[in-house]
Amino acid sequence: MIQKLKQNQFLFEELVKRDFKTKYKGTLLGMIWSILSPLLMLLVMRLVFTRFFAYSTEHYTIYLFCGTLVFNYFNESTSQGMEVLVGNASIFTKVNVPKYLFLFSKNTQTLINFGLTLGVFVVFCILDNIIFTWRWVLLVFPVFCLLLFNLGIGMILSALYVFFRDMKYLWTIMTQLIMYMSAIFYTIDRYGQTAQYLFLLNPIYLFIRYFRKIVIDMQIPSVWFHLLMAADTILAFCIGCFMYKKYNHKFLYYV
Amino acid sequence: MVNAMRTLELNNVSIRYMTGDFKDIGIKEYLIRKIKGNYHVKEFWADRNITFALEQGDMLGIIGTNGAGKSTLLKAISGIMVPTEGYVKTMGSVAALLELASGFDGELTVRENTYLRGAMLGYTRKFMDEKYNEIISFAELSDFEERPFKQLSSGMKSRLAFSVASLVQPDILILDEVLSVGDGSFREKSERKMHEIIENGATTILVTHMLEQVRTMCNKVLWLHKGKQMAFGDDVQGICDQYNEFLSTCSR
Repeated sequence: MIQKLKQNQFLFEELVKRDFKTKYKGTLLGMIWSILSPLLMLLVMRLVFTRFFAYSTEHYTIYLFCGTLVFNYFNESTSQGMEVLVGNASIFTKVNVPKYLFLFSKNTQTLINFGLTLGVFVVFCILDNIIFTWRWVLLVFPVFCLLLFNLGIGMILSALYVFFRDMKYLWTIMTQLIMYMSAIFYTIDRYGQTAQYLFLLNPIYLFIRYFRKIVIDMQIPSVWFHLLMAADTILAFCIGCFMYKKYNHKFLYYV
Repeated sequence: MVNAMRTLELNNVSIRYMTGDFKDIGIKEYLIRKIKGNYHVKEFWADRNITFALEQGDMLGIIGTNGAGKSTLLKAISGIMVPTEGYVKTMGSVAALLELASGFDGELTVRENTYLRGAMLGYTRKFMDEKYNEIISFAELSDFEERPFKQLSSGMKSRLAFSVASLVQPDILILDEVLSVGDGSFREKSERKMHEIIENGATTILVTHMLEQVRTMCNKVLWLHKGKQMAFGDDVQGICDQYNEFLSTCSR
């Protein structure tokens, strides 16, 4: 796949450019929106939930930010990634191009947005007197996993969306559910032991928790935790690749 | 000796479309019908048992009425579609110029669209940098380079599409109605360009409704009707005459 991507590098670059230009065309603030909108969401959550959690949770703003940072990246990548095949139908029904390039290009955009927000996150950490340790280097692991995970889910969704247009509405509901189940604004220690384990089934929760462990608790998650994340990632990515491979020539009939 | 020259081979190629399955009815209706057991898919064969082969330097004209399966067949040859049955064997690179004006992005400028299209056709950035000015002047769009694409007239759009696409030097070249692009003077220019490519030794496939073009340019002809192969051979004039006769009996 990487080898083929190299061959198609020119097309990939042009697609990324196109996605950027069309996304911010006609907007006054352009890319600033990518930073502004997660910040606004953070602000609202901070205001609303302060009464409930801020006193009992240390560094609550950062706690919240870890959640929205990860969740927004996931939400953006998958919701927008879902439409790449249907949206680019006029291209791949006329020219024989690798279809995953459209998704990769979209995800490049969301990854850059994520990077920008991560920069703001670091600024917030400084303001909130977070101690930076060498463990921050390990954040590469959840980011890399999340990137692959988003690509995998993006492949699955965009393939399904070609066949079932209802996916768009289903996925809106799903992301809402995932948001509430990922402990973005609350802590899970009030739940019983079993319920706490159930949270581990949610991959997004794992990514968020990894960030919090490193940034707030200054601890490294266990080996099992790493393996669980890797397993989720590999599973999503493999299912995605499998679907793209299997339906590669069938998409054409349904767009 | 014949095999060494052969660039394209289609063996019993059939392509089936499905209609009336869940793409038309949505997930709810799909599940309901699945449960009730009255979920049916209609089949539609766009092409049925097409067999032919071309050699290097051949120029094939494909003729047939609307819905004959011409465009579908071209998609199978260019690798966009995979035949439901049979196989397509190609030697060397294939470049397909299908429905040229689509696939552009209206929000991007002419320059950006030119590069994007070049990338889609498999050119390198270096190649596009070198040829960019040539493309724009050939398309007669020098004053429009930074304009959003949606502001162009449809004639201008297809002119640009043709100009980018005509740079290809493929082994197999597929032309779907591309020789009818633009106004009179541009059409002449594009036909000359096309002849240049053909003379460079490519195997060419031409789809057109203008029978005259087939008669003057092609050395082989394939006649499709409703997905069936009515005739194939190098008796271009004979088959064209038959087709003409067939058309007049149809319209009578």
